[in-house]
Amino acid sequence: MNIDKKITDDLVANDVSFVTTVPCKQLAGVIDEIDARDEIFHIPSNKEDEGMGLCAGAFMGGKRPAIIMQNTAIGVTINTLATLIQYYRMPLPMLISYRGELREPVACQVEMAVHTKALLAEMKIPTYHFHHQKDVEELDAILKYTFMCNKPVAILTDANFWGGYGDQ
Amino acid sequence: MIRSEILKEIAPILRDHLVVCNIGLPSQELHMIDDQPTNFYMLGTMGLSSSIGFGLALAQDKTVISIDGDGSVLTNLGTLPTIANNETDNYILLIIDNGSYGSTGDQPTYAGKKTSLSAVATACGCDTVIEVQDKDLGPVLQSAIDSKKMTVIVCKCDSGNIKLPVITMDPVVIRDRFMKAVQA
Repeated sequence: MNIDKKITDDLVANDVSFVTTVPCKQLAGVIDEIDARDEIFHIPSNKEDEGMGLCAGAFMGGKRPAIIMQNTAIGVTINTLATLIQYYRMPLPMLISYRGELREPVACQVEMAVHTKALLAEMKIPTYHFHHQKDVEELDAILKYTFMCNKPVAILTDANFWGGYGDQ
Repeated sequence: MIRSEILKEIAPILRDHLVVCNIGLPSQELHMIDDQPTNFYMLGTMGLSSSIGFGLALAQDKTVISIDGDGSVLTNLGTLPTIANNETDNYILLIIDNGSYGSTGDQPTYAGKKTSLSAVATACGCDTVIEVQDKDLGPVLQSAIDSKKMTVIVCKCDSGNIKLPVITMDPVVIRDRFMKAVQA
């Protein structure tokens, strides 16, 4: 299974047509796939809170948005999630590279990894964790759930899900 | 002129367009001067007026005006390269540059000192950047709308605030009313 293609297909099938990204090595393939698809307008952002602002505007303009980012961004976006996305009740699927988990080579990434789920839980953000490749089968249902309830929803995707870091 | 005087003067121009208005006093002033369903009031999230408005402009065809402040743009400077590199001609970023953080007690911003936001916007790649003095804004804004060309306007003005109430409208009501106006 090509995970990048499967994720992009699910986004398209759920009418997600506006995607903003802040890159991560693990997400490079899916970002490339999204960039290549005519059905999706891809706009890279410089920071994740900026990206959430773009998504909020796109949603109000009638598009279904999504953001792709690293889990370090949870530290950047708490205020935006609380005072924009949640306060105005907007849907926002967040496909998140869960750095700092098993098979992580960079020690500093662990420092945000240990806070990631606690912060999401504190924010009452529905959170799904993809650890095995087959977990991606739930993405379609998660996207439907997100646009049903008009909430930000986190999909954490760890290194094991992506198949590790090559030679690490 | 101070910001509330400027908003009063351009309200008849803004009325016909989708407006995303900056957090704090700017939204409160616009709400008091000329509340419209086509106004989206930010109740929080300093810095994102330009981003929200730009996302909206990219998602549909109507003209969108983001009313921002110099302090808020400095908070989210990364917005300018994003806007410059994804040009859409139905978007106007109007930066009311009074050189101060008005909503928090008029502390000076760097835009009121050495930093030129119009030079920053140009350096970021924005093709049409106009710096204008407060009293001249009306015609400049109207011609930017009529030109159907993405424009960044930096309106230099005095700092100063008027006393006025907070917005008590529920955020979901603001959003729902605004989305209906977008679709109308």
